[in-house]
Amino acid sequence: MSQAYDIVIVGAGIVGAACAAECARGGLKTLVLDRGPIGGGTTAAGMGHIVVMDDSEAQFALTHHSRQLWIELRPQLPDDVEYDSCGTLWVAADDEEMAEVQRKQKFYTERGVRVEVLDALGVKKAEPNLRADMAGGLRVVDDAVLYPPCAARFLLEQAKRHGAELRTGVAVRELLSEGGVLLADGSRISSGRSVSATGPWSPALTPGLPVRKRKGHLVITDRHPGFVHHQIVELGYLKSAHSLGKDSVAFNIQPRKTGQMLIGSSRQFDAEDSAVDPAILDRMLQRAIEYLPGLGKLSAIRTWTGHRAATPDKLPIIGPSVMSDRIWLATGHEGLGITTSLGTGRLLADLLLGRPTEIPAAPFAPVRFRNGGSHHE
Amino acid sequence: MSESIQLRVNGKTISVPSGTIVAAAVAMTGETRFRKSVFGQPRGPLCGMGICMECRVTINGQLHCRSCQTLCEEGMEVRADE
Repeated sequence: MSQAYDIVIVGAGIVGAACAAECARGGLKTLVLDRGPIGGGTTAAGMGHIVVMDDSEAQFALTHHSRQLWIELRPQLPDDVEYDSCGTLWVAADDEEMAEVQRKQKFYTERGVRVEVLDALGVKKAEPNLRADMAGGLRVVDDAVLYPPCAARFLLEQAKRHGAELRTGVAVRELLSEGGVLLADGSRISSGRSVSATGPWSPALTPGLPVRKRKGHLVITDRHPGFVHHQIVELGYLKSAHSLGKDSVAFNIQPRKTGQMLIGSSRQFDAEDSAVDPAILDRMLQRAIEYLPGLGKLSAIRTWTGHRAATPDKLPIIGPSVMSDRIWLATGHEGLGITTSLGTGRLLADLLLGRPTEIPAAPFAPVRFRNGGSHHE
Repeated sequence: MSESIQLRVNGKTISVPSGTIVAAAVAMTGETRFRKSVFGQPRGPLCGMGICMECRVTINGQLHCRSCQTLCEEGMEVRADE
């Protein structure tokens, strides 16, 4: 039986867009559906930090590979993607965090990632607005920032150039185990396979998937060019971002090309609504002001929230689902989806097309949660 | 209110009665353009009550201060030409 499409991707966020670009480029007849606009969900609440991470070998492999793909794509990116290789500055507030700087330096250097260790004076020179008593820091030179919704739109344009179709404002009710999707209006679209790239909403389409919504807040300031020069993240971030327990905040700030600063971060489970929570927003901004005392005098012009798609083992879920080999997944990217979108798209297309994968696929395979996710917690 | 304050607006020293807001002091110099928009268009006070953000000026080096919500102080350095 002939299908209308080889693949239907549900979700026009940055992950769905990257999957579409790779599938279409690989010759698959591709359709992308989204109930909302391009990049209007989690993508719109991502900072757009392109960052290599070292929480696990698998996470390193995916983030490093993805960053490389961003660097290769950079010459093609339009100006509105605002790609800026400002680097990441991980700041250490004390000797304990300085030990983490040394550990990270060793880990990254052994794997060919360019880093520089900064002492207290080095941090002061690199970021004069940081409070004076920083112990040091680690600069990850080739990390970058970009504007995620425009990056998603660019990837979808790439997909369209290879024949993909995009329909926004179309809600999907169900991914069909025999292939294709059932739309909210009751109609069906046939396809060889479907892919759920629906992030925090993915459990609604594939029940039982161990993906939880993890709420985050963002603040953007007025324009103050040169106030910070790097994406600056506190090393205490690791303690808060990795705890699966109660609400947490961490200092994380990003310079935008406009001179504005994007300030994060907060993490809350069991907070399904999108309302700004003044109490955690206050904690988040107080944390930022502890690191950048001058920030308190500047104006925030907008505050908003979004939900990350968190998994029990902090790795995304990429590949065929356990329900049907016609239903595939590209979700669970937590706070790293902007970075890992490109690696995800490449990996998914490699698996779909039977090509050798560029990084090991097993750590991301949905089958690891066959018996639910509880044993990973 | 009779006490007078000296401050500088765009490098020009002026004297205003105490209690004068910075927006009024800038206007007293004859300046109607308080700042430039992102696209270079002239901007000046509109709402006069701290909401519209159009009257922003630089005060003592601090960017984006609302001139309609700030009282003049002795020796203040105001730039409304940035």
